[in-house]
Order: sequence, then C-alpha cells, then structure tokens
Amino acid sequence: MIRMKSIWRVYDTGKVKVEALRNIDLFIQPNEFISIMGPSGSGKSTLMNIIGCLDVPTGGNYALEGKEVSKLHPNQLAEIRNRKMGFVFQNFNLLNYASVYENVELPLIFAGLSFRKRRKRVEEMLDRVGLVERRNHLPSELSGGEMQRIAIARALVNNPSIILADEPTGNLDSVTGKEIINIFEELWSQGNTVVMITHDPEISSRTKRIIKLKDGMIENDEKNHHNHQ
Amino acid sequence: MHLWLFLRQIFRDMRSQKLRTLLTIFGIVWGTTAVILLLAFGQGLYRSQVKAMHGLGEYIVIMWGGKTAKTFQGLPKGRRIGLREEDTELLRSQIKQIAYISPERTRWNAAVSYGKKVFVVQVVGTNPEFALLRSIVADRGGRFINHLDMENKERAIFLGNDLKEDLFGEEEAIGKIVLVDRVPFTIVGVLKEKPQDSSYSGRDENKGFIPYTTCASMYPAKYLNNMVFKAESPHLTEYVKKRVYEVLGKKYKFDPEDDEALSMWDTSEMEAFFNAFFGGFQLFLGILGALTLIVGGIGVSNIMNVVVEERTREIGIKMALGAKKRFVLLQFIFETLVITFIGGGIGFIISYGIIQVFPVFKAEEYVGTPEISVMVAVAVTCLLGLIGLFSGFFPARRAANLNPVEALRP
Repeated sequence: MIRMKSIWRVYDTGKVKVEALRNIDLFIQPNEFISIMGPSGSGKSTLMNIIGCLDVPTGGNYALEGKEVSKLHPNQLAEIRNRKMGFVFQNFNLLNYASVYENVELPLIFAGLSFRKRRKRVEEMLDRVGLVERRNHLPSELSGGEMQRIAIARALVNNPSIILADEPTGNLDSVTGKEIINIFEELWSQGNTVVMITHDPEISSRTKRIIKLKDGMIENDEKNHHNHQ
Repeated sequence: MHLWLFLRQIFRDMRSQKLRTLLTIFGIVWGTTAVILLLAFGQGLYRSQVKAMHGLGEYIVIMWGGKTAKTFQGLPKGRRIGLREEDTELLRSQIKQIAYISPERTRWNAAVSYGKKVFVVQVVGTNPEFALLRSIVADRGGRFINHLDMENKERAIFLGNDLKEDLFGEEEAIGKIVLVDRVPFTIVGVLKEKPQDSSYSGRDENKGFIPYTTCASMYPAKYLNNMVFKAESPHLTEYVKKRVYEVLGKKYKFDPEDDEALSMWDTSEMEAFFNAFFGGFQLFLGILGALTLIVGGIGVSNIMNVVVEERTREIGIKMALGAKKRFVLLQFIFETLVITFIGGGIGFIISYGIIQVFPVFKAEEYVGTPEISVMVAVAVTCLLGLIGLFSGFFPARRAANLNPVEALRP
C-alpha cells in the first residue's frame, strides 16, 4: 500500500541544512495499526507529513497504492489528501466558526459532492462517532473528547485509505484518550489502516507495529508482540 | 463552491474586528461616493449647460450678409452683400434639405408702452418658423406669430417674459394692447421662461416679436438683419451651408468659395466643441474619483494581507483536508469582492441621498441637477469589481501558495 525507498527530507535554511529524514525505507500493508515513536526532533511529524502528502521528500521514492507521488503537482497532492488520507491532529484543528456538521462536511465539499450526498455521509459519520445531536454546535461548545471525535468523523468522511493521527490524545485526559484509542482500534478492526504518532508507551502498546525513529532514521521497526487480541 | 460558509466566515470576521472592518469599508464608501458624486454633478452640469445652449436653438445656423473678399466674374472684392426677405423663399425652394428658415429684421430702439410705462427695446419682425428655430415656446394661453398674422399684416406682438413682467407685472397680458412706437399691437403670447446662455442680439426675454410683414410696412428697409435656418438633420448642416453659398453666390454674383461674402454662426460647431470639452471634463472627474477609489482598494488589499496572515492555520487545515489552490484563491477574492461591494453599496446609497437632498440648496441654476445615470452606475459597478479583483488577487495568491505544513504549524 505504501512503499517508501531511501526517503530523505532536508530543510535548507540557507545557513545550515537540517536532515529531518535520512534514508527511510518503509512499507505499510493495508489494515495495519502502527504507532510511530521517538524523541522530539526525531522526524516523526516530517515522516507523517510525507506519508500524508502534505509534504514531499527531497530525495527517494514514495509509491502510494502503486503510484509514485513524490513528484506530483500540489493540486494532485491535494486530491490525494482529500480522497485517500484522513488526518487527526493533536489540537483537533477544527474550524471554530463552523458548526460540527460543517466541519465534517468540509472534505466532501472539496471532493465536489452534491448537497444531498454530503448530507447523507455527514449524518452517517456523526452517527458513527455518536455526536448526531451535536450537529449544530460550534466546536467551542464541545469537550476535548467530543472535538477529537468530530475530527475523526471528518477524517473518515471521504472513506480514506489511511488514517493519520498526530498525537491524537496529547490534549486529552487519560480517560478520554483511552476512548479515542478505542475508536482507532475499532477502525482498524473494521479494516482501516491507522498510523499514529505518540509519546505514550501505553498507547503504542495497543498498536500492532511500533516504528521508533531517532535522528531522522528508523531505529527500530517491529511487530508488537505484547499485543494479542 | 460553498458560498454560505464563506459568507458566515466573512461576517464573523467583520464582527470580531469591527473597527478594522469599518475603516476598510469606509475607504471604499468614500471612494465610491466621490466617483458617483463627481460624475453625477458633471452630468448634471452638462445637461444644464446643453439646455442653456439650446435656449438659442438646436443645431441652427445664423447668417448675416458680409463683404466679398475675392474678385468674381470681373467684379471687385470688397462688395457688401445684404440679405433680403425674398432670399428666404429662394433658399427654401432651392435647398430641399432646409427644415426651417426665417428672416429676422430688428428694430433696435422701439418704444413699447403700456399705460404710463414705456420701455425702449428691440422689436423683431420674423415668421412663425422662428419659434421652432429658436426654442421659443409660448406660456400658457398664448401663441407665437402665425401665418394669418403674416398674411394680414396683423398688429400682433409676442412678448419676451421679462418685457411682459416690466410692463404688466403679475397682470394677465394676453389680449391687451401695447403701443409700439405709438402703433397699437395686440399681445398674442408671452415667452415661457427659458435658459439661454448665448445670443447674437440680446436675450429673447427682453424683446418683442411681430410678423415680418407688419414690420416691413412699419419700418421699411432694403435688407434683413439676418436669417436663421436649420437643416433637416444635424449631419446635413455642412451641406446646406455650402448650398446657401452657391445659391446666394449665383444671385449676388460672388464666389461660392468666398467665405467672407456671408457670415455664418453654426451652433452645431459650438455643440461639437462643447460635447468634446464636456467629454474630457467628465473623464477628468471620473479619473479623479477612480483614483480616490483605488486608494480605498489599496486599503482593502492591505487588510486582506493581514486577514491571510491571521487565517494561515485555517488555510493549512483546509489544504490538509484537500482544498486545492483554486479554492483558497477564490475564497479570498470572493471575500474582497464582498467587502468592496458592501462599501460600494453604502457609497451608492449615500450618493443617492446627497443627490436627493441637493435641491434644498437651490444651486441648480449654477451647477445643474446632479443625476446618477445608468452609465455612471454601470461604470462604477465595473470599477468596484475591478478594484475588488485587483486588491484581492495578491493576498489571495499568497494564501493559495502557502505550504500546508508551514501553515499548519502552531
């Protein structure tokens, strides 16, 4: 599904060159549940951005579902993000002026769906995360856990191939965090691919594969043997 | 496109930044008001000036006799050419393109009296067509000289409105008798007040008009003072003038190319100059207003830059969710257009209000009645659209070119 070969990401700040990713080889199969760990500055977010087509590598090859994406035009990348990626951020990144419904609807607008189809999909997603009754509320009227559930609904609304979550529980208390991880686990069990950045060993222990990064390189990539369903 | 979401966001932004929005929109309001008022007053002034110019007559030619400047068929130059009454009919019969023609014979110091009031004024002998040529309209209950007056050499007089005022004041004049050089004349009509900014022998409001035939008997003279004629349509005027030289040249034996033999005042030439002048003047006013509006547009553009700055994160979120550059570009251009047109709309309303209130100041006599013509409205709307597009484009492009990773960074 994802095939990365010799991926480099170098930031050229003019004076110094920062090598955020160095020679990364990574293969991700469909329906994997992966956590990416590592100290800050190890390149987790950069790797996530490249997987999610928010950023392009400065070297190497990245094939998504067999198609090379590292040299695509920004508009084509936008299309891939819209159709194949579902992003969940640490700080939720909801539009605070738009209602719950409108936030979830946004990717469908970019996909060019009709009003009727959009309404059907949004209702389904809100139902799935259990927040149908909150459809007309603004994000500011929701709890942190509810906001993250809305963000997950938004990430899922276009039926993406991969769900990418960057510290999705980082701003939540431990009880709510567990609820969110339960949702990801459920998504995985339903056949989705989930890639998640986390610092929390307790959370990573729930995933099936743990990739550890250090100084822009993969330090360790192994199946999580402690986790048996 | 999801306009409703765009609009909600725009209005939310406006609410949260009231002063900034107010100042931004004010720039456009000010500019729009300036453009509209300048053009509306320009238009009003033009109209009033044209009306005053037409008080003398529309596209008429006034012709006097002259002095030859060229020798012709053995005749020396320097001969005086005088116009005679019968030339009117000669020209009418020879030149089909003449719509109206009328002789004019002026008695300069005629004493016109009513009761004990005596005024020394000009009395003009002419024919009924004179009224059509010279924009003379009779006030209620009266008429100008007609053909029966001409045939019967009636002692009928048509008074200029000022002369009537002097003689009668508020009193009704029609049907009354005045003495013209001690000869009784019946008043058949009074001039309806008209603006007249140019003349060749004083203003019509101070004159008396009598049938040419009557005038010729009372004040016998060989020559007319002048003639007034008009071609069937303005574009034939030049041709008619040329033909007049030919016809009269043949009769009085002068070279038809001899411009000095006759003297002509073609008011359509004045009109052409006037239109060109006012066209330039309007353009100048329009540019002046447009510059003010452009300054407002620069203000909007600056604010839109700040807005892009503020919404960087939001742009990043949208891009992460799959918004293409085009979407971001359109969002900001749309927002700029909304702000511009809100300002423009308010500007329109203010200008309209000022123009409605304007008559209270009673300055129409000097500057005319300002009016917002369809042309002005269309021009200002297009200008607003252009300014909106231009001032929105650069900030919008900056937004659309943001790198999503950078934009998402907290």
